[in-house]
Amino acid sequence: MNNSIIKYCYGDYGDKESSTGGGTIKTSANEWPLWEIFIRSKQGLDHKHVGSLHAVDAQMAIENARDVYTRRQEGVSIWVVESKYIHASNPDEAESFYEPANDKVYRHPTFYDLPDEIKHM
Amino acid sequence: MNTKNFIYALHLADNALILAQRNAEWTGHGPVLEQDIAITNISLDLLGQVRNFYQYAAVLYNGFSDKQKEEVNQFIPRLWKEYHRELQEDDLAFLRDEHQHLNLLITELPRGDWAQTVLRQFFFSAFQFYLYQQLQNNTDQQLAAIAAKSIKEVTYHLRWSAEWVIRLGDGTEESNDRIKNAVADQWMFTGEMFIPEEFELVDVGALKNSWTKKIEDVLSQAALELPRQTWIQSGGKGGKHSEYLGYLLAEMQYLQRAFPNSTW
Repeated sequence: MNNSIIKYCYGDYGDKESSTGGGTIKTSANEWPLWEIFIRSKQGLDHKHVGSLHAVDAQMAIENARDVYTRRQEGVSIWVVESKYIHASNPDEAESFYEPANDKVYRHPTFYDLPDEIKHM
Repeated sequence: MNTKNFIYALHLADNALILAQRNAEWTGHGPVLEQDIAITNISLDLLGQVRNFYQYAAVLYNGFSDKQKEEVNQFIPRLWKEYHRELQEDDLAFLRDEHQHLNLLITELPRGDWAQTVLRQFFFSAFQFYLYQQLQNNTDQQLAAIAAKSIKEVTYHLRWSAEWVIRLGDGTEESNDRIKNAVADQWMFTGEMFIPEEFELVDVGALKNSWTKKIEDVLSQAALELPRQTWIQSGGKGGKHSEYLGYLLAEMQYLQRAFPNSTW
């Protein structure tokens, strides 16, 4: 008996259209690593996180990012970081992390009188 | 302007149009989302070139004398002649029959699997790259300008497809098999690029060395051998096509033929 599993890839909906031409592919080790993408929209601005995508290596991640995120002239520079290297704060700790700042309005510079001539503060 | 320039513009446009249509077949069916977008982008880039070439061809034709119009009559769609208006880019794309197309045979081959698709793109983009390098210095300023504008995107297509060829050739046993089969299948269609036709304004024969060098370089990185086989399949530039082109045109042209002059 044939125990191989047919795995349908993105966009496949039948054998004929399958990217494997109807063949089977192994399910393990087929997932490409995830990368976080940062784009600088123009010179002088900082790189901003725009999303993530899959790629086999950094080179391909940059090219995929070029195709996925800069098609409409969104950027002049691309950074990619493999997602596993991003360390995040724990949502469960949100209370102790962020709430203590809630009642400390004096940390905002809102108690200064600004001269009328200054328009963009 | 010469009728040769008109026919050459059609040839350049047909090459890009037929391959754009083939690549577009991957839209929604790519192996992964990111590469689905990549191949669709390439398709759209090619379509942009197509529009420039057809628009130019239409302008040339509309400015021709009756004698010149007669000279290129075999390439003009029959259906358009009943419209009694000036020739437009869409008429050239959607109303011409198979034998009126002058595209290279390699562009009309079925999309096959991913290996076939990226290899064809690699062979073709390498050719377009060296061709446009020459064409951008042509005395026909309009064609030169289109080539100069397009060569940036072609440079990227070449880089993208070459990396895929290397990745598959130097990958798993299966990927190596698939790309090896693709090379064996497509090799006989590459020679046609360098057999000059009368209408060509660039000496394509002279591009063969640079092209072959580039192909050799990438195939060796991909642990693949350059085929020894020398039989060349040709005819596309002269309007003689494989059976595949008819099916492609039937799908692509259906709407304009069923509902003439429809727009959205």
